[in-house]
Amino acid sequence: MKVALLQGGRSLERGVSLRSGQRVTEALLDLGHEVDVLDLGPDLVNRLESNRPDVAFIALHGTEGEDGTVQALLELLDVPYTGPGVAACERCMDKSLAKYILRERGLPTPDWVTYSEAAIRDFGAASTFGAAVKRIGLPLVAKPASQGSSLGVKVVTELEQIPNALITALSYDDRALLESWVSGRELAVSVLGDEALPVVEAIPTESNAYDFEARYEIGGASFECPADLPENQADEVERVALAAYEALGCSGFARVDLILAEDGPQVLEVNAIPGLTETSLLPQAAEAAGMDFDAMVQKILDLALET
Amino acid sequence: MRSSAMRDMMEITARPEVISLAGGLPDTSTFPPEAFAAEMHRIEKTAVAEVLQYGPTEGSMLVREQIVEVMAAENTRVDAMDVTVTTGGQQAIDLITKVLIDPGDVIICDAPTYPGAIPTFCSYEADVRQIEMDSDGMRIDLLEETIEALEAEGRRPKFIYSIPTFQNPGGVTLSLERRRRLVEIAREKEILVIEDNPYGLLRFEGEPLPTLYSLDGGNYVVYLGTFSKILSAGLRIGWLVTPTPIREKVVLGKQAADLCTSTLTQDFAGHFFQSGRWREYVDELTAIYRTRRDTMISAMSEYFPHGATWNKPAGGLFIWATMPDVLSSEDLLAKSLSKNVAFVPGPNAYVDGRGVSSMRLNFSGVKEDEIIEGIRRIGQVAREQLKLYETMTSTDEMKLPPRSPEDPS
Repeated sequence: MKVALLQGGRSLERGVSLRSGQRVTEALLDLGHEVDVLDLGPDLVNRLESNRPDVAFIALHGTEGEDGTVQALLELLDVPYTGPGVAACERCMDKSLAKYILRERGLPTPDWVTYSEAAIRDFGAASTFGAAVKRIGLPLVAKPASQGSSLGVKVVTELEQIPNALITALSYDDRALLESWVSGRELAVSVLGDEALPVVEAIPTESNAYDFEARYEIGGASFECPADLPENQADEVERVALAAYEALGCSGFARVDLILAEDGPQVLEVNAIPGLTETSLLPQAAEAAGMDFDAMVQKILDLALET
Repeated sequence: MRSSAMRDMMEITARPEVISLAGGLPDTSTFPPEAFAAEMHRIEKTAVAEVLQYGPTEGSMLVREQIVEVMAAENTRVDAMDVTVTTGGQQAIDLITKVLIDPGDVIICDAPTYPGAIPTFCSYEADVRQIEMDSDGMRIDLLEETIEALEAEGRRPKFIYSIPTFQNPGGVTLSLERRRRLVEIAREKEILVIEDNPYGLLRFEGEPLPTLYSLDGGNYVVYLGTFSKILSAGLRIGWLVTPTPIREKVVLGKQAADLCTSTLTQDFAGHFFQSGRWREYVDELTAIYRTRRDTMISAMSEYFPHGATWNKPAGGLFIWATMPDVLSSEDLLAKSLSKNVAFVPGPNAYVDGRGVSSMRLNFSGVKEDEIIEGIRRIGQVAREQLKLYETMTSTDEMKLPPRSPEDPS
């Protein structure tokens, strides 16, 4: 099959994307496909039009690749592509919108407030920080509405830290969330097709156990898959993750990040195009389900052609 | 933000639309193509078999002799036999660290220091202590305090790593008085000093200062040099000048690492330097970089926000700038990248997260119009962030005394 592999681009997650792309390319070649590797740039549409691939494998992370921009183009060009569709990508990429949808569907997600830069700059929104803190409590997490990785995330333990934390978050997007900090075990459920793969748990390394921001640091945690959970709890986590995946309209694959709090799982976010490097969570979960990297890549391709 | 995420972010700087003030690139666009062709022609006629072969681990004798000449231009006399050619200056740092450092050994260096040295020091598990600089370079009083504090614990540093001339990233130059004192301390305490001098010949104004090596005579000073900034970074040729016992270990280390530096590029560089044309070429580069430094400084005066500070380096490739302290250079970088400009955020030059509001700006590898545009965009982002911060902190609510995190109500 002729596969256009889309990678790189100019998102801040370009580096991870190039690594995902390289790993997937190897797998596609192993599987006997013809691969045309495209680094996102001004020649994208021309190259897709002249090469006429049977399918596009999207190994992009962050803005443009994960927010529906590229997916919309592929639909116009009538090229089937991997992963969630345009609308699902847009919903997942916008953490605020995603949380509203989850809440409307009755799915648990930590309480939050969203601030736009414009509201702060032009409408005096800073005067509401106290009320926001009163509602969602401290500590809280400030994060940009639309970044995938840990970029721009800061933990706030007192009101006075909000301006600095928001400057950071707003360096990555023009809207930011203040989200209630929920303590608990950190879990990720990758969904492939309609199936939840085994739950992965991120366990903060000992030296970082009490460092809030370590939770968001790559290498600040080790991963256990499948997570050591009682069966009923694992079922509940998977049920919530699948419900979140469906609520946001995902198809193909996605990764749902959750916190297992005392009163049950809470959804933090859904990543429309999770990392696809050897050590990323989706491939780890697939492996735990007995599917090697190549088989996972073929399955992702098959799902793209089904829809 | 974390370093791995940072590294990922810097991937974007390779995109053609990005004005990168982040690199340490020499301008290679003015190297005369006919000089390049002449060297290649000579190789074609006389040296094909030779340049395609392995060479001695220490480096070719021709290049070692030319290195002696280049160092003589800074009044530093060395014997060609004490020179080891390395694959770029970076390998020189790696080899000397590999040879001298065991896990836990102390390295003292400038604060901030060369961002590329930090991963090397860390990979050999050194305990890195950084000494603040002022406009005269490393504060020798603080250096002495640090050495004494270590002595009190029964420890002593394995070496002091410093870039005394047009420091990377600080842009400052160690004063003559401090040079003398540093060399004295090295002798008194029997501590090696690693003098990294990639930029000494790129002086825009003022009188050259003696190298630490020349002040010391090569007893306690190891000298690192490179052709990267005076000829080509692509040729990957640097060198080490060391006392004999260390040299033997370095040669063994280099043998293990890569057997020898490229024979082809050594041949090219050796003959180019032998022709003497390099002096003229370095003068040309210096003139280009001086203009670019001035362009960058005038752009900073025009576009950077009130409260930002920077120095005016008398040579080299870099300006170190510091924004008002409520701004973080990593935030600024994230936002600047969305406007296609990159620089190195300050914390990359420290082992302990200092330098939050500072940044390293390179002026050598970017043309004047791009320098101006790059600085304009960074300045605009900084002003917007400052304004937003002021808007947020000027409300009555944010002026209230701090509340304790245990009692959010």
